[in-house]
Formats: sequence, C-alpha cells, structure tokens
Amino acid sequence: MPVLSQTDLYAAAGALLFCVGLYGLVVRPHLLHKVLALNIISSGVFLVLVGIARRVPGDVPDPVPHAMVLTGIVVTVSSTAFGLALVKRIYTETGAVTLSEAGDPGE
Amino acid sequence: MTDTAGQASLRTRIAVGAICTALFVLLGSAVFSISETDLGLAPSVAERQAESGVKNVVTAVLLNFRGYDTLLEIAVLMLATIGVLSLRKESAGIWASLEPAADPVLSSMTRLLVPLMILTSGYLLWAGEHAPGGAFQAGAVLGSAGVLLALSGYARPGWVTRVALRVAIAVGFIAFLVIALAPMLSGGALLEYPEGLEKPLMIVIETWLTFSIAVILISLFISSATPEMQERER
Repeated sequence: MPVLSQTDLYAAAGALLFCVGLYGLVVRPHLLHKVLALNIISSGVFLVLVGIARRVPGDVPDPVPHAMVLTGIVVTVSSTAFGLALVKRIYTETGAVTLSEAGDPGE
Repeated sequence: MTDTAGQASLRTRIAVGAICTALFVLLGSAVFSISETDLGLAPSVAERQAESGVKNVVTAVLLNFRGYDTLLEIAVLMLATIGVLSLRKESAGIWASLEPAADPVLSSMTRLLVPLMILTSGYLLWAGEHAPGGAFQAGAVLGSAGVLLALSGYARPGWVTRVALRVAIAVGFIAFLVIALAPMLSGGALLEYPEGLEKPLMIVIETWLTFSIAVILISLFISSATPEMQERER
C-alpha cells in the first residue's frame, strides 16, 4: 500500500482548501473576497466528502457523502447568490465594499 | 485591525495564518485517522435499497433515506431566493431590464441550444431513477437554458407574470412538503412513503423540484445581473 493513497490526497487537498478559504475570509476586508472565500471553504468540504466516499472498495462509491455533496452544492449556490445580493445592497446604500468598524461611517 | 488601504495588518495576517496552518494540521490528521476499513454507510444503503423504490443509490439516499435533508434543502433555496428578491433596490421586473440581443449569430445559436438543453434536462430527470441524474442536475441544465435565453436578450414572455414566477419558485417545496406530510394524516411518520407508491411519488417530487430549481436559479442569476450598480455611477 502506498504511503499516501489517492483518497488521502483528495481529503488532504480538501482540508488545505478549507484552511486557505478560512484565512481569506478573515483577512480580506473586501466583501466580494469574503463571498469567494466561503465558496473555497465549501469546495474544500466537498472534496473531503467525495474523497471519503471513494474509500469503499468496489466500483460504486458510498452514496451518502455523494448525496450530501449534491445537497451542499445547491445550498452553496443559493447562499452565494444571497451573499452577493447583500453585498450589492450594502454598496448601493453606503458606497462601501467593506463592512465598517463600529462607529466608523464606512470607507 | 485594518490600515488605510483596508488590508489587515501584517501582525493580524501572521496570527490568522498560524491559526489556519494549525487547523490544517488538525483537520488533515483527523481525515487520515478515518479507518481504511470503515465502510461508512454504503453497506446499510445497499442492504435496504430494494425498499427505496428506485435503482440509483444516490437518488434513494436523496429522496428516501435522507429525504429530510432534501426537503430542507429546497426550503433553503426558496428562502434564499425570497431574500435575494427582497434585497433588490427597485422592484423592477425580473428579466426585463437586460440588453436586447444585437447579434444574430448569438440569438440563432440560442434557438438551437435551448431545445436541446430542455431535452437533456428531461433525460437527466428520467435517468435519475436508475443512473446518475435526478432533479438537481436536471434543474441546473434547465436553469442554464433560461440564463442563456436571458443573456441572449430574449425578454421574459408576457405570460410569465410576477405571481407566476413566485408560484414557480415555491411549488417544488410545496409539492415535496405535501407528499412528506400526507402520511401523517393516516398515522404514519413524516416522509414515510406509502408502500408500493415510493417510485411514482418520488418522480412527482423530482419533476416539481426540477421545475422549481430551474426557476430559482434563473431568478437568482437575473436579479444579480440587473444594472443597479451602473445606475448608481451615473
């Protein structure tokens, strides 16, 4: 057996994507970057789930993680759209693309 | 926490980077620690698949074994769409304000592609019973056909009224909810399909879900594409 199986590689890449996305979510002030970072985080979660589903021997992967990913993709699409709508509304109301600190009237 | 350029300070970035690296090590080791011999839920699904009424395992999980997840998922989609529609600055009609098509190649290409996409969507819906496919894939294809139409400048037809659009957004969730609640009237449990009727009921749910998901995706896209930002610049 190889030291790092294909499944492990996918799962590790998923964990890496999750952390990269989390870093971006915290560090980047631009709201559009935050929405993108959330997308990267969910891609990481999906990659871990798809990787884990492949552990089952045989041709057919575990269907439960697959169904979860299918559900997750749709939820991500709708939450991204909702996030973008919020960003747009914040921009039209305040002209800012970042969330202002308390007491600070936007940038 | 932020300097004049709006960027996080170097110290914050180093601290967050360190925390994220530590989290990566933790998550990585957690993922690796899952036993190689752990088969997850695959054997349980395979064992009881005959009871589900469909031949495709993913569809069986989505609409039967974990039907609750799917019911809540379509609820989330519907709520997100309601949110997006409510956040629009002006209540300008969805799909009304896009540029008209000037390019004859684009519009005739769209005329060729859209019927094919509708056909593909129908195939995916039908295939979901026994092969990879199902409501979400079919809805995504149907939705992109609508987005393509909108982008190529085909205006919303007159018979698609505001009310019709909102009914279409909700009908998938309503159909699923009615079928999920119906068994409770005769003392059954939520989402307990009557024996022998699993397959026809799942097909009814999937068909309405496909329709709703397509309309939801189109509405989400179109209401994000309205040119409000340019209006602000002017």
